[in-house]
Amino acid sequence: MASAAQRRIKSISYAKYGYMFIAPFFLVYAFFQIWPLIYTFILSFKGNQSNCGAWVGLDNYTTIVLGQGLAPGAANIKAEFLQALGQTFILWFGNFVPQILLSLLLAVWFTDAKLKLPGKGFFKVVMYMPNIITAASVAALYVNLFGDSERYFVNSLLMHNFGMEDPIKFLSTPWPARILVMFIQTWLWFGNTMIMLMSGIMGINPSLFEAADIDGANSSQIFFRVTLPLLQPIMVYTLVTSMIGGLQMFDIPYLLRTGAQYSKNLETVAVFVYANFNNGPANVSNYGLAGAASMIIFVITAILGSITFYMNRDKDEIAKKKQRKRAEKQYKAKMKQGGLTL
Amino acid sequence: MSKKDIYAQPKDNYHAKIVAKSTAVFIVCILLTLLCLVPIYILIVNATHTSEELRRNASQFFPGNALMTNINFLLEKLPEDASRTDKNTAQMYAGQFNVVKGYINSLIIAGCTTLLTVFFSAMTAYGLTVYDFKLSGPAYTFIIAVMMIPVQVSSAGFVNFMYQLNLIDSFIPLIIPAVAAPAVIFFMKSYMKSSFPLDIVEASRIDGCGEYRTFLTIALPMMKPAIAVQAIFAFVANWNNYYTQNMILKDQSKKTIPIMVSSILGFDRTPNYGVNYLCVCLSILPIVIIYFCLSKFIIAGVALGGVKE
Repeated sequence: MASAAQRRIKSISYAKYGYMFIAPFFLVYAFFQIWPLIYTFILSFKGNQSNCGAWVGLDNYTTIVLGQGLAPGAANIKAEFLQALGQTFILWFGNFVPQILLSLLLAVWFTDAKLKLPGKGFFKVVMYMPNIITAASVAALYVNLFGDSERYFVNSLLMHNFGMEDPIKFLSTPWPARILVMFIQTWLWFGNTMIMLMSGIMGINPSLFEAADIDGANSSQIFFRVTLPLLQPIMVYTLVTSMIGGLQMFDIPYLLRTGAQYSKNLETVAVFVYANFNNGPANVSNYGLAGAASMIIFVITAILGSITFYMNRDKDEIAKKKQRKRAEKQYKAKMKQGGLTL
Repeated sequence: MSKKDIYAQPKDNYHAKIVAKSTAVFIVCILLTLLCLVPIYILIVNATHTSEELRRNASQFFPGNALMTNINFLLEKLPEDASRTDKNTAQMYAGQFNVVKGYINSLIIAGCTTLLTVFFSAMTAYGLTVYDFKLSGPAYTFIIAVMMIPVQVSSAGFVNFMYQLNLIDSFIPLIIPAVAAPAVIFFMKSYMKSSFPLDIVEASRIDGCGEYRTFLTIALPMMKPAIAVQAIFAFVANWNNYYTQNMILKDQSKKTIPIMVSSILGFDRTPNYGVNYLCVCLSILPIVIIYFCLSKFIIAGVALGGVKE
């Protein structure tokens, strides 16, 4: 029997402190994130520019998806959005594939105990460095390296030293510019991905590699049969974050230009949204179109995230859980029958 | 069965193969290192050439001696006999790329956001870990779910809302939202789960320490490693943030380094190539210095962020 004092101590509740500790986060998040999100949703049903206060229903969505709507040049807006969507995918895919292959290769090499590789720490530091530099500066740097005329580094190099006649217009022709963006994105991110994959590989029990080695597996067998399957969770994480990051790709495509206007050949959905709302207050910007495009990105993000997680969920773990539950049920049933006593 | 079948033969030329592979890997790594460093090297080298030199030959591989000329140009300290065009260009550059102002603005924003992010994220993570209350589970699920939402999705509403509140050209909409950083909370919570024994909270309660004091004087110091890593990342991320800053800050005197460096891209009519390189150089200088001082922590932090069970 518990004494009165004990009962009183038990009844002290610290729950209110819990609420107080998490309150600032939720207040600020609601004010600066959730309300703007809801407000973006509301704006997507309202008009653009001089028509900004009016309720227009699904007009912005039909403009973007079907090319029919109140906005002047609705068909052009639809074409622009679809082009931006396609380019987003191209730019993402074109940087993700080389990036993941390069990072995986480097991560396997750097964690291979058999290889004698001096200066690993130095390589890691240097390869991660591009990721830390301001993206706007990186864009400005690459514009100065790959500018369209002979006044810029690469064209000057090719024309003065390799006898090329005309400069290559890296920035104003579609595919060279896109390939340049893919290259820059890979340059920026491969070090980051490599370090994450390395920490994943180092988390694998080393005795598994030893066992495979003793059993006579060669390095490619070890990679495909041991490393890759055990790396699956972290690969999924990388894929999802990269996809969602790809939908947000903004700084490099937006700033890789000379002049005041961003390049249409590099326009991503994030640039489309930004260009529509960034002219100023509501009566001079297309908040409706920007809102509708934002909501489309939101839905795509949500779908991508859940599909990938569903497809790559840990099947073994689920099977184990089911087994555990079944065992528990059987145990309880036996308890009920009185066949087992504790 | 003979012994030969049971025991595997030693691999042929095992040592030679390892050496060959190591050498090949080393060469690839050197090449990738060059790929990372050469653009930065060219950037620095070209910042030391005058615009005239670069107009004649833009592919300079060796340092020139015009660094001071370029710096003076950017500070609008031109020689007496400078041409009118040069004076106008210098005025334009100095107006758009006021480097001292940019450093101060960026430092204010990045410094304040970093403090708010790490303090309030540690606090939220502490609240979710230590206290057992009805909504702690749903709250944590919510934080994990919203971690994935891209900032782009809500930015149209955010900017419109800020126009309504008259907070355009103010640092408030850039600093205060830093209180809510779901990814940092996630990191801190996993850190606390692995290296913050809850018995300590019990012990401090028995000793009569209040809940807030327990957090401030016991939990925060114990979370120093996690806080340090997240502070570095928060600082760098906010210093580099072009997207949000460019949509809020329109006034010339409020602009930060990323906005300033992007504005030099607009000078395509009368560019000063050497000064362009110098501007980019100046914009990455603080971050690169921070990086090479703290690279060990940063690399370790990236590795930690990737560990998922």
